[in-house]
Amino acid sequence: MAEYRLSISGATCQGCARKITQALTVVPGVSEVQVDLEQQQVQVTAKDDVPTERLQTAIAEAGYGPSEPHCEGVVNESPSSREPAATDGDVTLSISGATCAGCVRTIEEALRNTPGVKKAEMNFADRTAQVSGSASVKSLVQAVEAAGYGASEISPEDDGSEQEARELAHYRLLLRHMWFGLGLGAPLMAWGLLGGDMMVRPGETSQWVWLGIGLATLAVLATAGRHFFVGAWKAFGNHNANMDTLIALGTGAAWLYSMAVVLAPGVLPEAARHVYFEASAMIIGLINLGQALEVRARGKTSAAIKRLLDLGAKTARVIRDGREQDIPVEQVQLGDRLRVRPGEKIAVDGEVIEGESRIDESMLTGEPMPVEKNIGDKVSAGTLNESGTLIYTATAVGRDTALSRIVALVKKAQGSKPPIGRLADQVSAIFVPVIMIIAVVSALVWFNVGPDPRLTHMLISATTVLIIACPCALGLATPMSVMVGVGKAAEFGILIRQGEALQTSSKLDTIVLDKTGTITEGKPEVTAILTADGQQDDRILHIAASLESGSEHPLAQAILREAERRELSLMEASQFSALNGKGVTAIVEGQRYRLGNRRWLESEGVTVTLETQSLTDKGATPLFLATDTSLLGVIGVADRIKEDSRAAIARLRDVGMKVVMITGDIQASANAIAKEAGVDEVMAEVLPEDKAKKVKALQQEGRIVGMVGDGINDAPALAQADVGFAIGTGTDVAIESASITLMGGSLHGVADAMAISAATVSNIKQNLFGAFIYNSLGVPVAAGVLYPFTGSLLSPVIAGAAMSLSSVTVVTNANRLRLFKPGRRNQ
Amino acid sequence: MSLLINLGGIVLVGLIIWWFWLSRPGGKKPLQVSDEVTIVVESGVYEPGLIHARAGQPLTLHFDRRDPSPCAEQVIFHGLDTSEFLDDGKVTTITLQNPPEGEYRFTCQMQMYQGRLIVD
Repeated sequence: MAEYRLSISGATCQGCARKITQALTVVPGVSEVQVDLEQQQVQVTAKDDVPTERLQTAIAEAGYGPSEPHCEGVVNESPSSREPAATDGDVTLSISGATCAGCVRTIEEALRNTPGVKKAEMNFADRTAQVSGSASVKSLVQAVEAAGYGASEISPEDDGSEQEARELAHYRLLLRHMWFGLGLGAPLMAWGLLGGDMMVRPGETSQWVWLGIGLATLAVLATAGRHFFVGAWKAFGNHNANMDTLIALGTGAAWLYSMAVVLAPGVLPEAARHVYFEASAMIIGLINLGQALEVRARGKTSAAIKRLLDLGAKTARVIRDGREQDIPVEQVQLGDRLRVRPGEKIAVDGEVIEGESRIDESMLTGEPMPVEKNIGDKVSAGTLNESGTLIYTATAVGRDTALSRIVALVKKAQGSKPPIGRLADQVSAIFVPVIMIIAVVSALVWFNVGPDPRLTHMLISATTVLIIACPCALGLATPMSVMVGVGKAAEFGILIRQGEALQTSSKLDTIVLDKTGTITEGKPEVTAILTADGQQDDRILHIAASLESGSEHPLAQAILREAERRELSLMEASQFSALNGKGVTAIVEGQRYRLGNRRWLESEGVTVTLETQSLTDKGATPLFLATDTSLLGVIGVADRIKEDSRAAIARLRDVGMKVVMITGDIQASANAIAKEAGVDEVMAEVLPEDKAKKVKALQQEGRIVGMVGDGINDAPALAQADVGFAIGTGTDVAIESASITLMGGSLHGVADAMAISAATVSNIKQNLFGAFIYNSLGVPVAAGVLYPFTGSLLSPVIAGAAMSLSSVTVVTNANRLRLFKPGRRNQ
Repeated sequence: MSLLINLGGIVLVGLIIWWFWLSRPGGKKPLQVSDEVTIVVESGVYEPGLIHARAGQPLTLHFDRRDPSPCAEQVIFHGLDTSEFLDDGKVTTITLQNPPEGEYRFTCQMQMYQGRLIVD
């Protein structure tokens, strides 16, 4: 087995990669080719030695050379050390050539008989196979191929390039259709506008000319307009009517009428012998143009998702069997050790086991400052390593990384709709048949009470109503804005899970902020120790730390850190008991001690003699240590407010929010923090279970309340609030537990979320207004209400142009949101 | 002639109302209850456009999108808080975990592609 690494040049896309792969695969002996576009390198594996020149020639012949002679030579190794192995449930194969249930059995058997495979199941519907076990992907593919079918691994990190290529092909097809329609329609229309005769006279040569033009128009309808007619027919068969129905009816009616004029002009009154072939062709051309423009504009609406996907690394440097090698990121397995160098992206989620560095996590959290990472810290896929080299263990790969979960979450949220769009939804659902009825009624009115030529007026009004009423703009108004708004929020580290939360956020008038971990850092420190007579600092701390040794509470952690700093070894504590909102009790060295708040100890009969005003004035929480009967000392624990909390709270107040801080701390400590942070109101000494009641009380006052907390102990209050903002950490499970999750810890995220929500709702309103106005004005005008004043009817061609531009206008307006900046982000 | 045209118009309005609102597709055929269905997204419609499923059981739907039009790019299940982007030229699988009893519409974003899901 031999392996080669060769430099390539000029390869820029997956298409290039495919060409290079194909060119090298046909070289005798070559068994595997991997193209790395980022590094402009190709890795070739061959069963036997292959002349390097032969490989270079193949690359050059494919059009990507001449490659520089940068061959890293032959590496001999056993296949087992190199081939990626399948792990439980994470190998999905795309199967080709399977046409029946019998094929499924054959393929499953072939996979199950492959050494190392524990389980193999094929889904016939989507032609994929899920394989679990330890077999290599290569052996699985070979097994399927040996059974007479094709297989390839589906990457969980699909970068969307295939989708982009399809969209581009569709865009080009629509443009071709546009040129076909306009190529015939525009000269005909110019002829009419320049005074050319559009009337048919029986027996004259012009009748034959118009017959020829009619057949040419039919060709346009059958090619460039075919998809409208097929769509309309299929929808009709399903008792549905869609926009294809309107276009097919409008263009079809114009063509049929014109053809009737050409074939039997004598049947119609002389004034009605006008042909409208140009209308059919022009409408088909213009609507295809509109759709092409829409395809382009829509591509931009999902730009946020593409940017998120682009954040992921394409390759990873794994350390296996003591050797380092670059492999595609999808081949990284749980537990792999990986090295990341300065300037490289973290490939998968992991935990640092060696080295220290600063990592730019702004793409996940929206926060600009790099974060220090040391041994034991977590790192996330897609983040950028700035300074040092790290070695980390993979803890989540593929779809399980935080980045992948965020992408999935954003994609799903982009499909949800806020209540504001409900009316448009209801209208859209019945719109097309209503328009068809209006077209018929309009035609009848023109026939019965209209001026001559009545048949012509009937046709023009009905056709124009059908064409101008296409509900594209109405249907797109809400979803396009939501798609861009949710994507925009994701760029700032804000995950909006539902359209409803997006809309409600723009209406909030009160924000309730949890104190610990939200306004403050959430990492309290021991700031002072007060002792009763005859007691010493270290003794108080020693007992308190021993009591708290099993607790995960942030205050307990502060005491334990301080004890560790003072190198106090912990004593054994027994009969430990924690009382929510009160404190803890346990037996240490045969003596029962209590550590908790004043109210609890006093209720237990302990007389508190120490004055703690000096602690609470500085925002510290006093924790009282006592035996069953007497107080031993007080430990002051303070939590610093986050650097930017004050600025963020000021920003919220600037936009008219009432900002409330809620905490279990005593009033005096809470007041000190509140004063520093600049909130309007403080709710102190609130037990965790009572936070939701406080939120409810505010709601009963008629306020629309947003609650900001860490997503775990504040869950009931987050659920009670009109909008719950969970403060996440980028990798926290909280990203899946709140209607809005702030990936970073900054309160600026709340202000950003509200600003983006307001901008999105405003954008939706603009779109809906435009769409409703467009249809509610366009339809009557098309039906001819202006005829008494202007003496003319709206041309179906103008209606076609307006209709195709309406959806483009909505999509373009939604895209304006991409330029929105919440403001004062970094202050 | 005039009477015929007016009568024709009125009949046409009646047919539109009946065909699109009053009659239901597949109403005469017994519905096939299934917990796994492949739905082809093509030419402006979902085929089949009517799905019948059992309440309290997961329902797996494979959307085979063959329509490059951007209108077809997303399917939304109204009332089930579920939506999914459909990759062009690929099959996208959506699993509805224990959908509650009821009738739900599934549509594209613009509600031009329409289908119904009956869970009972």
